[in-house]
Amino acid sequence: MTSWILAHLWLIPAAPLAMSLLILGLAGSRPRTGSALAIIGQVVALGLAVVAFVPTLETPGFRTFQNFTWFTFGEQALRIGWVLDPLAAAMLVMITFVGLWIFVFSTGYMAGDKNFSRFFAYLSFFSAAMLGVVIANSLLLLFVCWELVGLASYLLIGFWIHKPSAAAATKKAFITTRIGDIGLFLGILWLYGGSGTLLFYDGGNGCLEKTGLLALGASASFIALLIFSGAAGKSGQFPLHVWLPDAMEGPTPVSALIHAATMVAAGVFLVARMYPLFSFGALDGVTPSLTVVVWIGVVTALMGALIAVAQADIKRILAYSTISQLGLMMVSLGVGGVAAGIMHLLAHGFFKALLFLGSGSVIHGCHHEQDIRKMGGLRRIMPVTFLAYAIGMMALSGVPLLFSGAWTKEEILHATAHWPRSPVPYYLMMAGVVLTALYMTRQMICVFFGKPREAAERAHESPSVMTIPLIVLAVCTIALSAVLTPAWPWLHSYLTGEPAQFDLGRLIQPMLFVSLALVAAGIGLGILFYRNAGRDDPLARSQPLLFRFLENKMWLDELYAKTVIAWSAMFSKLSDWMDRHIWDGLARTIGGAGQLIGIVSANFDERGINAGVDESAAGTRGLGRLIAARHSGRIQTYMGVIAVGMLALLVLYAWLT
Amino acid sequence: MAHLITALILLPIAGALVLCVVRQSHARGIAFAFNALSAALAIALWRNFDTAAPGLQMVERHNWIPAIGAEYLLGVDGLSLLLVLLTSLLFPFAFLAQRGGRGFCALMLLMQSALYGTFTAQNFLLWFLFYEMSLVPAFLLIKIWGGEKRDGAATKFFVYTFLGSVAMLLSFLAIYFVRGTFDLAALATLGKTGILTGNMAWLAFAGIFLGLAVKVPLFPFHTWLPDAYESAPVGVSMVLTGVLSKMGVYGFIRLLLPLFPHEIQILGPWLLGLAVCSIVFASLAAWAQSDLKRMVAYLSINHLGYCLLGLFAIAASSPSALIDRQAVLSGVFIQIFNHGVTAAALFYFVGLLEERRGLRGLNDFGGLMQRTPLLCGWMSVAMFSSLGLPGLNGFIGEFLIFKGSFAVAATFTAVAALGLLVTAIVFLRAMQALFTGPLAESCGALPDLYLREKCIIVPVTMLMFALGIAPQFVFNLFNTTVVQMARLFA
Repeated sequence: MTSWILAHLWLIPAAPLAMSLLILGLAGSRPRTGSALAIIGQVVALGLAVVAFVPTLETPGFRTFQNFTWFTFGEQALRIGWVLDPLAAAMLVMITFVGLWIFVFSTGYMAGDKNFSRFFAYLSFFSAAMLGVVIANSLLLLFVCWELVGLASYLLIGFWIHKPSAAAATKKAFITTRIGDIGLFLGILWLYGGSGTLLFYDGGNGCLEKTGLLALGASASFIALLIFSGAAGKSGQFPLHVWLPDAMEGPTPVSALIHAATMVAAGVFLVARMYPLFSFGALDGVTPSLTVVVWIGVVTALMGALIAVAQADIKRILAYSTISQLGLMMVSLGVGGVAAGIMHLLAHGFFKALLFLGSGSVIHGCHHEQDIRKMGGLRRIMPVTFLAYAIGMMALSGVPLLFSGAWTKEEILHATAHWPRSPVPYYLMMAGVVLTALYMTRQMICVFFGKPREAAERAHESPSVMTIPLIVLAVCTIALSAVLTPAWPWLHSYLTGEPAQFDLGRLIQPMLFVSLALVAAGIGLGILFYRNAGRDDPLARSQPLLFRFLENKMWLDELYAKTVIAWSAMFSKLSDWMDRHIWDGLARTIGGAGQLIGIVSANFDERGINAGVDESAAGTRGLGRLIAARHSGRIQTYMGVIAVGMLALLVLYAWLT
Repeated sequence: MAHLITALILLPIAGALVLCVVRQSHARGIAFAFNALSAALAIALWRNFDTAAPGLQMVERHNWIPAIGAEYLLGVDGLSLLLVLLTSLLFPFAFLAQRGGRGFCALMLLMQSALYGTFTAQNFLLWFLFYEMSLVPAFLLIKIWGGEKRDGAATKFFVYTFLGSVAMLLSFLAIYFVRGTFDLAALATLGKTGILTGNMAWLAFAGIFLGLAVKVPLFPFHTWLPDAYESAPVGVSMVLTGVLSKMGVYGFIRLLLPLFPHEIQILGPWLLGLAVCSIVFASLAAWAQSDLKRMVAYLSINHLGYCLLGLFAIAASSPSALIDRQAVLSGVFIQIFNHGVTAAALFYFVGLLEERRGLRGLNDFGGLMQRTPLLCGWMSVAMFSSLGLPGLNGFIGEFLIFKGSFAVAATFTAVAALGLLVTAIVFLRAMQALFTGPLAESCGALPDLYLREKCIIVPVTMLMFALGIAPQFVFNLFNTTVVQMARLFA
């Protein structure tokens, strides 16, 4: 079984891919067929992922790969392959498991949609591409799947294609991520040129192994930064984060699957996968590229958390929260806490999917109202959703002991505290924790507490096909804590390959109290501020300017529209203008000059040469005509002329003699 | 099998002659039959081609006009074969896309014959004869069956290209007077040590460069192209962009790069700069177009710019690694083929839209996805292929070209990568305008794809997938040629 799955790892993405094509091929069949096929594909992928997970448990630091030639150009073989290690295996299980429940949820949420089965085809396609990213053992194969993930995201964000806002959002998402991808593409080219291979692991010759890295030398930092730009685009890092909130135009399960649990984590995964490159030549765990990762992450984490405080759309709050959490993961990777970052990624996958599905349930119950100011009091009307949402909220805020997010967050804080370069990220991360608790408390109060406002009045609990996934994910969110605690850091040791020991004494660490204090502060402040908040936000009342600044997302969209977008649009108009007037003008001028020469020479021919010849010819002819006129053929005239001539001669003779 | 290439060249001419005497209504069928025969011959050529053997194969060599060094010399290597196959693939596609009478079909066949000749002739004079022979039918096809601005466009196209051709001919005459041969292989060998010396070399270089730069076209000699492609009938646009534009790139590979390595090295940065301008400015200009045909035309310039970028990069930098040279050459070859397929498909789709709506402006449509989902879906595949999405054919060529050129000209390549971004913007903007949003009133009655259209689209799209996922079968055609040429450019 073990060796079989290693040789057939490709089957994991292939299963959903096949289902996706099958559903598209069966277009027009009954919608339930589509969703059933998609779920079957996902179940198969999950089963295979679990099978692949088993061998990675047996040996610490397990890693196996299989490479093959994609194609040969000239005499060069371009090789790709797949790899199985704890990082890949953990991601495989998380993606297929969370994905499966999102698929199930979607059968309820999307019920009655005109393009129901196409939605499942896209979901399956996305799942396949994402799984491909995870198992790729070649940066090229990873990039291929990466772009396909982008395509799937494009199709899903714009699923309700008749909505102009969805169409605009999906275009924005594709283009913004592609900006990062161009950097990634250049990084791939550079890496390929520098190390001669794009395989991660190749028995000592891969680009992440010693020989490959040594061949790169000083360029490793630049390559790492270029690769990071791709990761920043996908993972919504500042300044390329602007697409992610708009991507909430897609159906909510899409937001859960793509823009919370899996796709946006791809950037974090990429950095983790390429970590040997990022940390190559590290002094004291610090390299220039990792330092950039830390600062970008810090800015993103804090910015996301701040903006989330002033949003009114239930999904947008979660979107900014996702941005913020992704920033947190980046910080963790940057300061050297790779395992902590990935653990947070996995835990986040569960509880953020839970929160998004919970919000989907709320939106579904409130008849597609998304404004939290119009909700309220839903805890009585939607008790299951409320409970699940509360668990997700506490995991995200980092309420200690019971909830997975708390342990991973604590570990990240721990890693950040020990960063040798600067203590600032640590303090800013602490502020981020407070803010996270604050905005989640605000959301909870507005949605579930207080009196029901207009949208909540006719609300109802969602059907069980939607609540069961919520319950499953909520249970997982709590259960995951068991392998995350410092007392038994099983997941940590699984990822790093160090043995884990059970020691209850380490459960209580100083950092636990720090995070407890921070979360308590955040939730306490939240309750204090928003306790009586109904329609109007207390922050908007006390700090209207600050609130507007955050509400409008720091006016970054407007800034981009006025600068980068306006400039590039201007350049395009300029190129068109230059084409019409300068380059074509030049060609026309040369053509015109030729024509001018033609006209001049034609004129010279006509008026100069032709006219001159004509003149002289006419003169000759006139003379001829004059002379010819004298040759009239009349004897009398001739005789007369002769007579006159003779007479003249006689007179001349007489006069001379 | 001895005269396979000659047969291939003569067959379309025979078809054109037959067309002169048949009834108008049979013209398209007969033309298509001749196309099928040509394709069969091309496949026979492929079957007889030994992919492992270097050099020219199936050579036909006869004296023609010995006094001026003109030989009837035909032969194919991997590159020639690739282009012959591309021609055989695209002409039937174009015939299916475009209705036309006797005259139209006959001219198309003449053009096809000229293209076969261009891609197989190995003596300059013979090559030039075919090269020019393609121009006349193209001119007439635009001039007679073109759109609104056809007169100006056709004249511009003809005069511009012809001017370049004359310059090229003069240059080759200069070379002939010194070197005494028109044999391309012999000239390529002589080129290693400098084909001409002093100012003469520069003049000859300039002449040939101009001729080819206009043909591809390379910035800033490209302004005839948007007009010509826009005005030409759809079938002709497909052939113009799919095959005719490849004559220029082919010329660069066969004539300019082997003959003038020294000059290219000196001018390297300038040439690379022009290629980058082609890529970036053309994609930006495409963004500004509202006419779909013009938009696709500009992207054609952009895509061929990648080919020239790669070729200039390896030719201009002397110590380039073998892998980079092989990457660029393979990338250029496959890009030539891919662009032929994809750009032709895009023009075909624009034609379908225009046929249905009577207009082809970006703003004349809206919300088509709700009315014609199949048309939108398949057209999107072609668009994603053109913007270089991995898994489709466009990506492989661009990746290999960039891989090779980045290693030797990193800055130019990095700037050129902007073209990849802008291309994506152009297509996504088009998709947004055409497919999404509420259904435009004017599009309420547009029919979705008919069966006959699906029969064309599905195989072409499958080819795009095949080339993007498992491209080895095309690489096999020319790998030996790539190895040989990579050595030549060393």
